[in-house]
Amino acid sequence: MELIQGNEACARGALAAGLKFFGGYPISPSSEIAEILSSRLPRAGGVFVQMEDEMASLGSVIGASLGGLRAMTATSGPGFTLMQEHLGYASLAEIPCVVIDVMRVGPSTGVPTAPSQGDVMQARWGSHGDRAALALAPASVAEVYDLTVQAFNIADRLRAPVVVMFDEVIGHMREGVELVPPRPEDIWRRPDPVGPPGSGHRAYAPNEEGVAQMPRFGDGYRFHVTGLFHDERGYPSTNAELVRQTLERLERKLAPVPFWLPPEKYRLGDASFVFVAYGAVSRVAREAVDRLREEGVAAGLYRPRVLWPVADAQLREDLAGAETVVVAELNRGQWVDVVARALPRSIRIVSHGKSGGEPVTTDELLAAAADLQPRSVKSS
Amino acid sequence: MTTTAKALLRREMMPHILCPGCGHGIVMNTMLRVLARRYDNLNNVALVAGIGCSSRIVGYIDANTLHTTHGRALTFASGLKLARPELKVIVVTGDGDGLGIGGNHLIHAARRNIDLTCILFNNETYGMTGGQLAPTTVREAFTTTSPAGNTEPHFDAAALATAAGASFVGRGQAFRPDALEEVLERALDHRGFSFVEVMTDCTEYFGRKNSLGGGSDLLFTQSRSDEEVSRDLSEWPSLRPGEGWQVRETQPIGVLSEDSRPAFEESLGLPGYKRKET
Ligand code: SF4
Repeated sequence: MELIQGNEACARGALAAGLKFFGGYPISPSSEIAEILSSRLPRAGGVFVQMEDEMASLGSVIGASLGGLRAMTATSGPGFTLMQEHLGYASLAEIPCVVIDVMRVGPSTGVPTAPSQGDVMQARWGSHGDRAALALAPASVAEVYDLTVQAFNIADRLRAPVVVMFDEVIGHMREGVELVPPRPEDIWRRPDPVGPPGSGHRAYAPNEEGVAQMPRFGDGYRFHVTGLFHDERGYPSTNAELVRQTLERLERKLAPVPFWLPPEKYRLGDASFVFVAYGAVSRVAREAVDRLREEGVAAGLYRPRVLWPVADAQLREDLAGAETVVVAELNRGQWVDVVARALPRSIRIVSHGKSGGEPVTTDELLAAAADLQPRSVKSS
Repeated sequence: MTTTAKALLRREMMPHILCPGCGHGIVMNTMLRVLARRYDNLNNVALVAGIGCSSRIVGYIDANTLHTTHGRALTFASGLKLARPELKVIVVTGDGDGLGIGGNHLIHAARRNIDLTCILFNNETYGMTGGQLAPTTVREAFTTTSPAGNTEPHFDAAALATAAGASFVGRGQAFRPDALEEVLERALDHRGFSFVEVMTDCTEYFGRKNSLGGGSDLLFTQSRSDEEVSRDLSEWPSLRPGEGWQVRETQPIGVLSEDSRPAFEESLGLPGYKRKET
């Protein structure tokens, strides 16, 4: 058992996953990740480089990933905004990479470095175009470690950028943890290229999971990578049908992720009053559930670990028994729209958003619950 | 020659997108000749480009080719090179790409002295977007966003790269592919950040807007010279006196500066690079 903070767990999770390249730019409250990796990564045989800005950081990460390395950057809101173009590039060109976003209050420089969950929609739609997005949301120091490992796995298997986002509370909070490094068989690999190099080779021919089976650069395949829509050879195309099919495939290949990393369901079985919360907010929501249960309220918590993509059917099924759903977030209400879209109108959906940089408290959630007059277990 | 320029082309990518008379074709051919002389195939060569007409040419070359985002080619190239130090990494960028939107990356790549070669095609305009004002457009020149003539001073790309710390800086012209070939050879031989600015032409926009004539007329505008134009290239005679329009300037060509300070890879002790004191 050791006492470490979320940012350290992130850096160590990345190393355990086989991180070999980090390109970053300093920004609070994520800087500890870069600081720790600047000393540990070179000792683990990797390369650490501090780039000139966040666009350069993610650019260098994409380049290193094309060279075959597990590569990552870490930032916060303002830097995450600057990375959006390269997130779009990595999605369309299918380059695996991991981006850590330790969230602080925005917009703009905002409140450095008070906690926030304000980047949730940015992770979804921040990059232009109909991009399919992947974002994981750990809620504890130990889970930061685990989900950082999983982020690399998913990035490699699906050849896509994966964002791991947590608020400043999780990043700087210290918890006693027992970190369990992944076993070799827990590490997923990129799809192998099909066949030997040669004129018939198709770097962007998808496998049965819809994932391009690209080689690394420098292995004799000599293929083309571009942020333009492209055919299976990687050559640019403006064919409308090809564009549609590509967008569909890039979305379809991400669909299994919410099932690989299922949501946590806490006392949800008979719950009619449900909090939906992720990250640090889910921790106080869990406490609120316990307190409400003590008062006889059939309360439960639904905690997604994958914020993007959303499996609507999964949400509908998991929350089918709810009468009231309170979506508690450290923003003015972002993921609540996802819940509202997925659930039938018969379920009352309430947004409990909070901005300003102070964390959500248990008392606040209990007060919100009291206003909504949840039914008790007995009367159900 | 170990192979031919033609053999290094991706024939299936043809026809190319360059306009008739565009100087970029000459520069690409020159690059191909140099590469064909150095390699049997381009398995260990990566060509990384940004966005713009010049950046498109990497797709036509049968190498590991990476067409990135606007201005950021050097960042992708840096990550790739540090991940795979055994690769020869060549960046192709334009003046808008490399000095406008991507200027910050250029100075930092030069400062780090990372061992790659950056070839900047300077046609003094944004060609692909329709001939707008670039940071390299000389004063008074007409572009689609300087209809009354440019009022801003222009960047001297080579001087900028030198000041930022590039350990090799050269300049060539589409007008003189022979001299350019030698500059490119020397740049590729160099260990550390080598920067080559190539004066080329946009017939379609810059040429038309400034009434400079067709492709060959436009090339001759590069021949203007009132000063010594060839440096550190032993064999090249001085160029003929200029016939071009007075708004264009011809700057010195050749190897402008070279030193042997340690490459970034050497400071990091990467495989294949012996660690040197920085
Ligand atoms: S627009 Fe200008 S620079 Fe671009 S291909 Fe045409 S002539 Fe060349």
